[in-house]
Amino acid sequence: MAMFLIRRIGHGILVLWLISVAVFGLFFVAPSNVAQTLAGRQATPETIALIKHRLGLDLPVWKQYLHFLGNALKGNLGYDYYHQVAVTKIIAQALPITVSLALGAAVLWLLLGVFNGVISATHPRSLADRGLTLFSLFFYSFPSFLLGLLLLYFLYFRLTLAGFNWFPAGGYSPIAGGIGPWVQHLVLPWIALALLLAATYTRLTRGSMLDVLGEDYIRTARSKGIRESRVVVVHGLRSALTPVITQFGIDLGQLIGGVVVTETVFSLPGLGQTAVVAINQQDLPVIIGIVLFASAAVVVANILVDIGYAVLDPRVRLH
Amino acid sequence: MTAAIEMVDVLDEPKAIEGRSPFVLAVHRLRKDKVAMISLAVILLIVLMAIFAPVFTAITGHPPNEQYRDIGLTPDGLPRGPNGTFWLGTDDLGRDILVRIAYGARVSLLVGVIATAITVVIGVVLGLAAGFLGGITDTVLARLIDVVLSVPFLLVAIALVSVTGPSLTVTVLVIGCFSWASVARIVRGQVLSLREREFVEAARSLGAGDGRIMFVDVLPNVMAPVIVYTTLLIPVVIVTQATLSFLGLGLPPPTADWGGMISSSQNYYTTAWWFILFPGLALLITTLAFNLFGDGVRDAFDPRADRT
Repeated sequence: MAMFLIRRIGHGILVLWLISVAVFGLFFVAPSNVAQTLAGRQATPETIALIKHRLGLDLPVWKQYLHFLGNALKGNLGYDYYHQVAVTKIIAQALPITVSLALGAAVLWLLLGVFNGVISATHPRSLADRGLTLFSLFFYSFPSFLLGLLLLYFLYFRLTLAGFNWFPAGGYSPIAGGIGPWVQHLVLPWIALALLLAATYTRLTRGSMLDVLGEDYIRTARSKGIRESRVVVVHGLRSALTPVITQFGIDLGQLIGGVVVTETVFSLPGLGQTAVVAINQQDLPVIIGIVLFASAAVVVANILVDIGYAVLDPRVRLH
Repeated sequence: MTAAIEMVDVLDEPKAIEGRSPFVLAVHRLRKDKVAMISLAVILLIVLMAIFAPVFTAITGHPPNEQYRDIGLTPDGLPRGPNGTFWLGTDDLGRDILVRIAYGARVSLLVGVIATAITVVIGVVLGLAAGFLGGITDTVLARLIDVVLSVPFLLVAIALVSVTGPSLTVTVLVIGCFSWASVARIVRGQVLSLREREFVEAARSLGAGDGRIMFVDVLPNVMAPVIVYTTLLIPVVIVTQATLSFLGLGLPPPTADWGGMISSSQNYYTTAWWFILFPGLALLITTLAFNLFGDGVRDAFDPRADRT
């Protein structure tokens, strides 16, 4: 197990290093006029050169990279070009918002997906099965921005017009300011995200549940006269959930850098929206910091999923 | 009755036993899937709409980028709702939404098909190479797959497009270059077990080289999952393109594309419901049709998945 862990974490570090090289190279090779922007339109070439020097942009790319890597290893991802705020601080401010969004949505989509999947699997080819499959595919097909805008239209605009001021148009209210406002600001984004992702879980639960319900030990349990609901939930669901949990880990990791659209539509200043703002301003340290951080989240989630697998199934450790 | 006649036929004149490949069987199963066939019909309709987009201009007399600021906008300068002249209403610049939806279908389908094709070709070739050649090739490619799968795709795509400037080529390339890894991983996994099979050994003993074995002997055996993945990838790519457009990184105006139309309708959704509804519906119907069709293809090519 120790060897497995070391190897797996080694792979993770290698992947992250490769991503840092690729991202750094990609963005620094691209033409940038950030010094010009910062200096203003009337700036002399000397001022621009001075700004470039101050930001370290006059050094060769590889030197800039070594500098960046050295600092990154010490936990410093640089400072944003415009206000000289530490990138780590920017990430730390945006992260709770993205995490609130992702975790809340995760609870919803897991409940929705697993429940629908179990219903489908216990009534295969029934009307309920077909209906639920269609329901989940319908929302799976929704572009996230469209679903977000529709929710805003009906549940914010229409409701508010009708005199029900239940949901705000967007924005974020920190959890420290009270659970109520926090939930109120996040309900619509949660629903938007959960409806999109529930489809995968419905399908996954259905498939794996159907496999499990065909196993001998389920027949044994039934023949012992155990209630069907108990057979399904206690005996079946427990082992059917393994692939669901794997997918859950991977999805959660990817959401850290993947909720760009939902955050944009609902004006949540999380990591995704912060990155979009940074991209529009060509604020490279922030872009690179967030991309790296989001990649790290995926890598860590994958390692955790693998460890979970290795704990559950000893055969995995040998490979 | 028919069964009886067939029985007699069989008795009279035994037919030669027809060998049917798994592919033919799968297509057969697919053709019996009503939902998949209806979805395919919808997809064909959308393709026709894209091809014959100029016909919409001919019928309505409205070119896609023509701004009817006098008859297409209300006196307050707001979009006009559906009426006899503009069947699906007008947008914020007084352009005909119906005609723009028809032209927008071209962008969605073009990007959907080309970017998916690039993705699948890169994914299949690299996955085959990694799985079949093994050794250092596999190690390098497997790490590359890990890297691409770990990068937050949408963020990097936005960053790249914002640096290079938006265009059709950039969109297609960005999507193609970042989506191949899942295909490669699927193909690699399949090939890893296939290369140990006897038919590969047989081919090698006949003197076939690596390239021939990979593309002639092994490739056909991984086509089923690739076909399934491809059909399900098209709607994802279409949504990605629309998303980039929505974020302002689609095609430069005035080109009509669905994501861009929805994006510009955002400020009007309280006053002009048709402006967001119809482009949104076009996009949703397209992705839904592709997903339902892809779902049918999956069931047809993987009979285990849905039989109990």
